[in-house]
Amino acid sequence: MSAAPLLRLEDVACRRGGRLLFEGLDLSLGPGEAALVTGPNGVGKSSLIRLAAGLLRPAAGRVERNASLALADEAPALDPKLTVGRALAFWARLDGADPAPGLDAFGLAPLAGVPVRMLSTGQRKRAVLARVVAGGAPLWLLDEPVSGLDAEGQARLAAAMAAHLAGGGAILAATHQPIGLDAAREVRLG
Amino acid sequence: MSGLVLRELRLAWTGGSALLPPLFFLLVATLFPFAVGPDAPLLSRTGAGALWMAALLAALLPVDRLVEPDRTAGVLDQLAVRGIAEEQVALAKLAGHWLSFGPPLMLAALPAAALLKLPPDTLLRLELGLVAGTPGLAALTLIVAALTAGLRTTGALAGLLLLPLAVPILIFGAGLAAEGAPTGAARLLAAASLLLVAIAPFAAGAAIRAGRH
Repeated sequence: MSAAPLLRLEDVACRRGGRLLFEGLDLSLGPGEAALVTGPNGVGKSSLIRLAAGLLRPAAGRVERNASLALADEAPALDPKLTVGRALAFWARLDGADPAPGLDAFGLAPLAGVPVRMLSTGQRKRAVLARVVAGGAPLWLLDEPVSGLDAEGQARLAAAMAAHLAGGGAILAATHQPIGLDAAREVRLG
Repeated sequence: MSGLVLRELRLAWTGGSALLPPLFFLLVATLFPFAVGPDAPLLSRTGAGALWMAALLAALLPVDRLVEPDRTAGVLDQLAVRGIAEEQVALAKLAGHWLSFGPPLMLAALPAAALLKLPPDTLLRLELGLVAGTPGLAALTLIVAALTAGLRTTGALAGLLLLPLAVPILIFGAGLAAEGAPTGAARLLAAASLLLVAIAPFAAGAAIRAGRH
């Protein structure tokens, strides 16, 4: 591959609480590429996502990122008292982006005036994913992106991911269920 | 950066939690005469010191809302993946926290001084002391909030960590308010406060980073 990969993990090991979760992991994601991290509960899928995001340091090996990234995990990071629109606008301003495409991509426009604390689990998940779409970062790191999403939400996510890959982005997703990424490589842990 | 400071101000005021320290401060000023008796000369002599104690304890109140909610909600992680340094986040939190802590406390000092029959020049030195000292108290609160984020017994531990570190602020603040002739208390208060403000972004930033592992 000629272009530099957006994300490269070389011989990475992860240790949490004194326990070795995995080691010797190599992974490289170029533009338009996606990888699915699979494996049983507790095997280190979320830790791998956090390693890739730079939130954890690897016990061994190297993590290299050549692009800005967007992270969607279990933590909503949306101020509960703000409306959905304003909560997403806060992050969009930090990203130098417009929140509207994200709202549209996940059908949240009618909910833009509703306070975040009133949202259901699935709606909150949509808002988290809307932030990823709106942010415009080339590298998406998704931790269990479909948990809590209904069929329509999953279809919207699949469409958003397909558009992102077609536009030269890359996706690393940790999941234990199909998320509609057919072209993805599988990274199996455990 | 300004967006982060504004967010801190919004979080402090929308929940009304920014009102707690000044209300607590006023409550102490109300209770103090009940405890020591309504003797005006005694109150005016000891009142400024009591108000400094109240300010110190009021500084403890925001400890559990400064860092921990942002840690659990993933806000700190989302800021980090955007390449915003933890030190910068801490600096924004310090600025936002002082703005919602210092000025309201100085405002509350006016009725508190009346309740304790403080003479005007003592009130002036108390307010001067609060201008210089509250940034240091805000910095301490932030450091302790970052250090105790994620722990279960935050409340008790925060008090044990914060109050001993606030001793210089208390000594020089109360010294400034009590002094008849000018001494070095004002400068030492400002120096202690400045030192805490200078340390806080790095200490709190490092604590936030360490809290991830």
